[in-house]
Amino acid sequence: MTTRLAVRDLAVARGGLRAVEGLSFSLSAGQALVLRGPNGIGKTTVLRTLAGLQPAVSGEVEAPAESLAYAGHADGLKSALSVTENLRFWSDVFGGPGIDAALERMNLRELALRPAHALSAGQKRRLGLARLMVTGRPVWLLDEPTVSLDTASVALFASVLRDHLGQGGAALIATHIDLGLPEAEILDLTPYRAGPARRDSGMRPAGFNEAFA
Amino acid sequence: MKALLMRDLRLATRAGGGFGLALAFFLIVCTLVPFGVGPEGGQLSRIAPGILWVGALLACLLSLDRIFALDFEDGSLDLLATAPLPLEGAVAIKALAHWLTTGLPLVIFAPVLGVLLHLPSPAYPWLLASLALGTPALSMLGAFGAAVTVGLRRGGLLMSLLVLPLYVPTLIFGAEAVRRGASGADPVTSLVFLAAITLGVLALVPFASAAALRVNLR
Repeated sequence: MTTRLAVRDLAVARGGLRAVEGLSFSLSAGQALVLRGPNGIGKTTVLRTLAGLQPAVSGEVEAPAESLAYAGHADGLKSALSVTENLRFWSDVFGGPGIDAALERMNLRELALRPAHALSAGQKRRLGLARLMVTGRPVWLLDEPTVSLDTASVALFASVLRDHLGQGGAALIATHIDLGLPEAEILDLTPYRAGPARRDSGMRPAGFNEAFA
Repeated sequence: MKALLMRDLRLATRAGGGFGLALAFFLIVCTLVPFGVGPEGGQLSRIAPGILWVGALLACLLSLDRIFALDFEDGSLDLLATAPLPLEGAVAIKALAHWLTTGLPLVIFAPVLGVLLHLPSPAYPWLLASLALGTPALSMLGAFGAAVTVGLRRGGLLMSLLVLPLYVPTLIFGAEAVRRGASGADPVTSLVFLAAITLGVLALVPFASAAALRVNLR
């Protein structure tokens, strides 16, 4: 199995405080991993760090260049543009496959010409998830992908995700909802929470030593 | 890159995109000045180069905060930062789109407003040349200001305070070129300095802006 993403001893910080530390896992082709943990533990921070939006405090992230596609809380849609225009833009930027398959799979065909500001929250979310399919990237980093989706759309998304895994893709998903993916493994972040003692050592002496290293 | 440019142009020209606002602002400023200063032609033609340049500069400032703020709010900036497009390139393209929708119309309409301000006729080619050379720097420096203040509440005001001092060199040499053109002196030296400032800004500022964006996205 090809390893799509390998994380070793990762520590991430939010607002200057360590949130998660000592996190190690690897994700191989066809594998989905669900991140769990109470609110505020740092699921989003881990995903943003892996996506390269913020630097890791320590640890290594190994992934082939440009293999990660990130989908955060916001869908990145332009309300003045139509569904097709929004999707085509991301397809052009990422140089991924055409948008037809994505429109079809996420059930957006009938909405194709509608401007994004006229979509419901769930429809916007479907469009945001369809964006992942046009990036052509193997590893999806999903932050609460099912927010505002109804059960039918969750099932639709689960089948899209399963196809993606079947084609050798991988996914790291932060969610509390059961996606209907029994094969997905669960990674609970609670044991990796940066403790007060470790947080202290992370804050002062480590920084001091690093400054004079 | 072309996709990003086309998207930004399309967004600017659609409803709510703000295309033409800067132009209307420029028009109003240049019309108000004769009311304030008085209709005496000699006086107006003396201050016309400065008024035209300050007007263009303020008009440019109006739409700057939209460069990144809207993309930041709807999450597309995060996605752009993870796209294969280098962030420096994205910044340059967004500044180019801003110039095409704001700076270029200002350049084209400035001669018409020159008539309102009694700008002496020999100055017109130099007005066009100096604005065409100077406004790209305004857009690019503005993109830097927008990148630094992205995500801040009421960032637009702070951005104006940050960006306006950076506009000073462009303003000095731009207005000086027009003034020299109006008085029949040789404006080429000022234009060369203006072009040098613009080229320097275009070469260096995308990197500074991209660095600022990366920090703000954390």
